[in-house]
Amino acid sequence: MGILEVKGVSKRFGGLKALDDVNITVKENTVHAIIGPNGAGKSTFLNCLVGKLIPDTGSVMFEGQSLLGVAPHKINQMGISRVFQTPEIFADLTVFENVLIPLFAKRDGSYRMHAFETVENEADIIALAEQMLIDVNMIDKRHAHSASLSRGDKRRLEMAMCLSQSPKLLLLDEPTAGMARADTNNTIDLLKEIRDKRDITMAIIEHDMHVVFSLAERITVMAQGTPLVEDTPDNIKGHPKVQEAYLGGH
Amino acid sequence: MTFLGLNERDTRFLLIVVALTMFTPFLLQPFAENSGLAQFNAGYPDLMQRFAIYGIFAIGFNILFGLTGYLSFGHAAFLGVGSYSAVWMFKLLSMNIIPAIILAVIVSGLFALLIGFISLRRTGIYFSILTLAFAQMSFNLAYSVLTPITNGETGLQLTLSDPRILDPESITNSLPSTSLFGLEMNDSAQWEVFGRVFTFSVGYYVCAVIAIIAFYISLRIFRSPFGLMLRAIKTNKTRMAYTGLNTRPYALAAFVISGMYAGLAGGLLASMDPLAGAERMQWTASGEVVLMTILGGAGTLMGPVLGAGFIKYFENIFSKINDNVLHGWFAFMPDGLEDALITLIHPFVGKGWHLTLGMLFMLVVIFLPGGLVELGQRIAGLFRRRKAEDRSDDGSKATTPAE
Ligand SMILES: Nc1ncnc2c1ncn2[C@@H]1O[C@H](COP(=O)(O)OP(=O)(O)OP(=O)(O)O)[C@@H](O)[C@H]1O
Ligand SMILES: [Mg+2]
Repeated sequence: MGILEVKGVSKRFGGLKALDDVNITVKENTVHAIIGPNGAGKSTFLNCLVGKLIPDTGSVMFEGQSLLGVAPHKINQMGISRVFQTPEIFADLTVFENVLIPLFAKRDGSYRMHAFETVENEADIIALAEQMLIDVNMIDKRHAHSASLSRGDKRRLEMAMCLSQSPKLLLLDEPTAGMARADTNNTIDLLKEIRDKRDITMAIIEHDMHVVFSLAERITVMAQGTPLVEDTPDNIKGHPKVQEAYLGGH
Repeated sequence: MTFLGLNERDTRFLLIVVALTMFTPFLLQPFAENSGLAQFNAGYPDLMQRFAIYGIFAIGFNILFGLTGYLSFGHAAFLGVGSYSAVWMFKLLSMNIIPAIILAVIVSGLFALLIGFISLRRTGIYFSILTLAFAQMSFNLAYSVLTPITNGETGLQLTLSDPRILDPESITNSLPSTSLFGLEMNDSAQWEVFGRVFTFSVGYYVCAVIAIIAFYISLRIFRSPFGLMLRAIKTNKTRMAYTGLNTRPYALAAFVISGMYAGLAGGLLASMDPLAGAERMQWTASGEVVLMTILGGAGTLMGPVLGAGFIKYFENIFSKINDNVLHGWFAFMPDGLEDALITLIHPFVGKGWHLTLGMLFMLVVIFLPGGLVELGQRIAGLFRRRKAEDRSDDGSKATTPAE
């Protein structure tokens, strides 16, 4: 049984079938990659997991609980964090503040408000945030205004924000898009380290095959809203359907 | 050195604010009584009280708008509710301002809880319109159904037949005045020195002390995890939701706090002058606090106070420059030129002060999105840069950018 079980999920946008009877099971403590050409429905699939979209049909179960109709913040509290395709960060705030916020959110939830504490005095949270920035190699940019970061740095920051909450399931939508080669390699190393050190499951969407084959233990190939094949990286590499999907056989 | 939970920098900041507030009667009275500039003096109790009271109103508004970005167009409703509550306290209970102010804060807080709970179901422009609609509703109700409470167009006033159960000795044949345990609000002392008359009124100092407390609370909120979360809500509500936080309880808390600040301001207005009218709740009054906050610098600590002072100064001082005053200034010019110049300036001064304020507001929004605070920072930055250049005049060292 997988930590995430998606069965028979379909989603239409007007006449367009963005997802068509999708069945995917993600096993606990694995890295599961989803690849496929542009417009295959990969981001739509993630949107159905985090409460951004409600599928027309099908079921989505996380640790045996349905996610359908659950509010995004509740889904996060269940242990799912997402790195978006276009970085969603707190652009007006500093890098350091960006990492503090998810830590406070995780500790305090929606109702415990601390209006008379001082952020500076929250030593535990500050230590965690600093460690997280060291892990993603951004501690020297802690005072930077996050809107001024490069696209790659924004993405690494968003990853740090998600990881700081120690999610059970981390969803990554093209985490290395827009990154320089060196940063991509750093990100691969970071994700590998996290995969090996923590109890974490990752679902990763990625166009960069170097990233996919460095990290993934399982790969699903999607095209036109449907998973074509699911297999191990070695078997996927030479699979004719993969070639077909990527070389525009449809 | 830390003080009241503030770090060194904030302690210094608070002390400066305290000093400025305490010396306001001097600072606002810079011109000699018999000089032509005496009309620009603003150091009289009524106006100084307004500076402090509207400063409180704007500080509270900034906790909602400056931190969370939710733009309310109905905050004057809470000011009005605070005033009515306070006057009722003066009528029924006692002329002591403490119970009046406490009731004003509680009632406006409850009212804000109700309006905020409903309005915060929407964001952006729809939120603004909902708050505006609620405020206009309150304004209209005050003139119609609620006249037994508000006394309609006449406004709520003290009368000789009010019970005032806690101070029976106040029932005489003249209206009592508001007080703080015997200290009357309209008591004042004057000090004449260097041709200037400085007025120290009890009312102003009561307002000033409360304003400092209000500022201190806002400072603590700004530095707290709560304040950080509010700023996060302003920046990116989507990310906030995917970070596991329901933003509504936080926004509602900010809404209620700012409503209570408005109620406090309303209660203080009534404490300085015990009457309340529905015009205090009109949309123009709600718009004014928006202007104050943006003009001074939304989301900054000092901005709203500066904005409130600036607008109240304009409303009370700049509006007094009429044609006679202008003729006095330009009397040295040849008549034709003098008249032409006055015709030119006339629409912008006196009753035309709104026009000038409007233009200043536009200039600020276009060139100084951070308001008067940004202006101050830019000027400070300029000086810092010049100093840095002086120190390394060979130009080899790169100067650090401002901020
Ligand atoms: N909210 C929406 N409304 C209408 N159509 C949408 C919406 N979201 C996605 N689509 C459409 O659904 C299809 C799948 O989009 P999706 O973003 O899931 O693709 P993707 O696999 O993530 O592609 P890419 O690799 O380019 O990110 C596309 O044709 C897209 O235009
Ligand atoms: Mg996508």
